[in-house]
Amino acid sequence: MRSSVIVFPGSNCDRDIAVALEKLQFKNQMVWHKETKLPKSDLIVIPGGFSYGDYLRSGAIAGKSLIINEVIKSANSGCLILGICNGFQILTETGLIKGTLLRNKNLKFINKDVNISVINNETSFSNKYKKNQVLRINIAHNEGNYFTDPKHLEELKKENLIIFKYCDELGNINENSNPNGSLENIAGILNDKKNILGMMPHPERMIDEIISNKDGINLFSSLLK
Amino acid sequence: MVKQFQLNLKKNKLKFSVTVTLKKDVLDPQGKVVQNTLLNMGIVSLQNIRQGKYFEIEINEKDDVLAKQKVDEMCKKLLVNLIIEDYKINKL
Repeated sequence: MRSSVIVFPGSNCDRDIAVALEKLQFKNQMVWHKETKLPKSDLIVIPGGFSYGDYLRSGAIAGKSLIINEVIKSANSGCLILGICNGFQILTETGLIKGTLLRNKNLKFINKDVNISVINNETSFSNKYKKNQVLRINIAHNEGNYFTDPKHLEELKKENLIIFKYCDELGNINENSNPNGSLENIAGILNDKKNILGMMPHPERMIDEIISNKDGINLFSSLLK
Repeated sequence: MVKQFQLNLKKNKLKFSVTVTLKKDVLDPQGKVVQNTLLNMGIVSLQNIRQGKYFEIEINEKDDVLAKQKVDEMCKKLLVNLIIEDYKINKL
């Protein structure tokens, strides 16, 4: 599997993702945002961070950068795209994923390990997990409060496009286990063609027992063909 | 010649303001906090506050309608997230 990680000024999870991908034997390349050509890739990752200092809206400026046109082309031809945290915000700004991410309900930047439940394990991104498996994964964001219109929410549910939801340690999904006010506890969703995943939690931070746990590793191994 | 060009620029320049606010149904937590603080400060007649963004845009066009169209395009393409925000364009 060949992967590309897009790097913007202000990206800060790009190297973590590269480490995770290389650990799983992906042939990875870093791609600077000013590039106009993408190397041949089976997977494109848009990493977390604060691209362009979150100017205007988080992800808004990165969403109009030169390389994004190539990402959109690849996405339309079926390439797998993974956007994590700021990457998710950038995906919504490009329109590749519908909806948007609002300010956290409590107005605070939240950096902590939370529990998420695997709602759909029959996707390219989650097939190594069990259904309803509870993962403990770090979140670190200020705008993670997912919002969309009722029609799209219906579609998300009907087409089973919600992959991850925030839950408690037992897997209960309710308001108390929702860290940021996200609609229906949504932590990660797919586009309608199921080749693009946007998620707020950071699986690349959970790949080694020494620093955290290994709950994130199966997301990357799911992607291996 | 440079001076003439600059003069022309000035003559052809139109100025607009754009106000961006969250849509009515979207929760505006920052506005809420500002509102609560003002209420706590004793301004009891305060009804409601919505926080937004303000842009001043200068554009090299002579024609009002054309210039406004350009500003509208800027709003739709970048300045505004149409899912959650409304905007108003005013000529200055």
